[in-house]
Amino acid sequence: MKLTKQEVEKIAKLSRLELTEAEKELYANQLTKVLDYVDKLKEINTENVPITAQVTGLENVYRGDEIDQCDFQKDLINQSTEHEDNLIKTKSVF
Amino acid sequence: MELNQLTIREAHEKLQNGEISSLELVNACIERIKKTDKKLHCFLATDFDNAIKQAKEVDKKIKKGEKIKMLEGIPCGIKDLILTKGITTTASSKMLEHYVPLFDATVIKRLKDNGAIILGKQNCDAWGHGGSTENSDYGPTHNPWDLTRVPGGSSGGSAAATVSDQVIYSLGTDTGGSIRCPGAHCGVVGFKPTYGRVPRFGAVAMGSSLDTIGPLAKCVDDAAIVLNAIAGLDANDGTTLPKPVPDYTKMKDKGVKGLTIGLPKEAFGKGLQPEVKAAIDKAVEDLKKLGAKFKEVSLKYIDYGLACYYIIMPSEVSSNLGRYDGIRYGHQSKEADNLFEVYTKSRAEGFGAEAKRRIMIGTYVLSAGYYDAYYKKAMQVRTLIKEDFEKVLSEVDLILMPTSPRPAFKLGENTSDPLTMYLEDIYTVTINMAGVPAASIPCGFVNNLPVGMQLIAKQLGEEKIFQAAYAYEAVNGWNKVKPKL
Repeated sequence: MKLTKQEVEKIAKLSRLELTEAEKELYANQLTKVLDYVDKLKEINTENVPITAQVTGLENVYRGDEIDQCDFQKDLINQSTEHEDNLIKTKSVF
Repeated sequence: MELNQLTIREAHEKLQNGEISSLELVNACIERIKKTDKKLHCFLATDFDNAIKQAKEVDKKIKKGEKIKMLEGIPCGIKDLILTKGITTTASSKMLEHYVPLFDATVIKRLKDNGAIILGKQNCDAWGHGGSTENSDYGPTHNPWDLTRVPGGSSGGSAAATVSDQVIYSLGTDTGGSIRCPGAHCGVVGFKPTYGRVPRFGAVAMGSSLDTIGPLAKCVDDAAIVLNAIAGLDANDGTTLPKPVPDYTKMKDKGVKGLTIGLPKEAFGKGLQPEVKAAIDKAVEDLKKLGAKFKEVSLKYIDYGLACYYIIMPSEVSSNLGRYDGIRYGHQSKEADNLFEVYTKSRAEGFGAEAKRRIMIGTYVLSAGYYDAYYKKAMQVRTLIKEDFEKVLSEVDLILMPTSPRPAFKLGENTSDPLTMYLEDIYTVTINMAGVPAASIPCGFVNNLPVGMQLIAKQLGEEKIFQAAYAYEAVNGWNKVKPKL
């Protein structure tokens, strides 16, 4: 079933992507095609099949909480587009 | 033979015995890049001055009679998805156009500890999204065998640079085939290790449950040497496996007698170009003559691998690319009036079409009401795929199948329909779902375009892949045939 323009707008908003009208139409078609294709999985019976999220089976991998020197705080701040007094600047939330 | 055509071992021996200098070797590669990269577009950034400086240091060591490491003084190229301290790393995306990393990825640190010399950063599909490098925001790489064709992807720049002798070897990344596909289309050895065998710390994350890093090399031995250097546990990557790393080069003269290799019937059916099938059949015959036994096997879920992959991978992509908010680093829009627009406009301007598609697919399949139908279902099918491989690989030592259904296609041929492009990955993505290692080994040509075959082993079964690949390569000179540029 083809995604509606409203659905694409909702996905784009959740994805934090601004789309042009032309893009909305294009992606509605393309995403629909991909979603139709992946629907193929419905042919498989997965009742009682456990999920695999970690394929090698490692669990609970920890490392020591050791404090390490980090000598590039200033450089990290400088990677932002706008900064002032060692702080990153951005628009206000409200 | 030109110096830049040497393999790692050949170069190492010549360096150590003073026959050539590291500076000569580095300069030969730089000259080759300068001469050919206008046509090929393998490199996005170069670091020649530092490379020359490093080469001179290595030469001093050798002159003093010191023993050098296997990779020491030998120039390589790095896919632009792997962070290199001080060298611009863009992931081939406009989002990171001016991003200069403050630290090295673990694999880069390990290469540097081994004395490797980095010549520059190689073009790829932006964020690793694609199988042709046409999704690079900086323009595609061209296939050295036919400039009107794609080199495969996403590590296309790395494969093309390696086969055209711009570098001695390269590092790429593989989430659904991105080392093996360009390896096949360019005619180099592309090795995707077991998930967690090589640390991903410092690699730009794509699909974190699938991502791997591995070598693209001119011969099997070089791939083994590079994997020796980069594999192993890393405190900065919790998914690395706490198992010792064997010396993969020791598999060199083992031969294939006693090995049983499975041919999955599902991978040889419709969709596979007959000429490609003929090249694979010939490789099977060669391996039989060497003493390997073959057996038909069935990977029943292989047809579902791609559908499963195109749910799990975009889900992880949408999450991983969520960090690009336009604030801390990366592109920031100048048009934003409020915080929400900082996000939406920076991301709209910084991401290309393919990244946007994948972010939206991922966001959709993870969103309320769809999670069970798509994401959970795919993770269940992933279990079946994994078990499928485990079962078959308990009966045979290796699986052999094509890397790609056809040789490299024309630039622009698939760009109008993303789904057709995705179908090119049909033989490779399932392997990442199962987390098993696989390599693409050159096995001939169709119309002067290289063809690759995949050798697949169980998790941590890299040695068996090397065993068979060494034996096969020894009786075939496919990797000695070079593109004319």
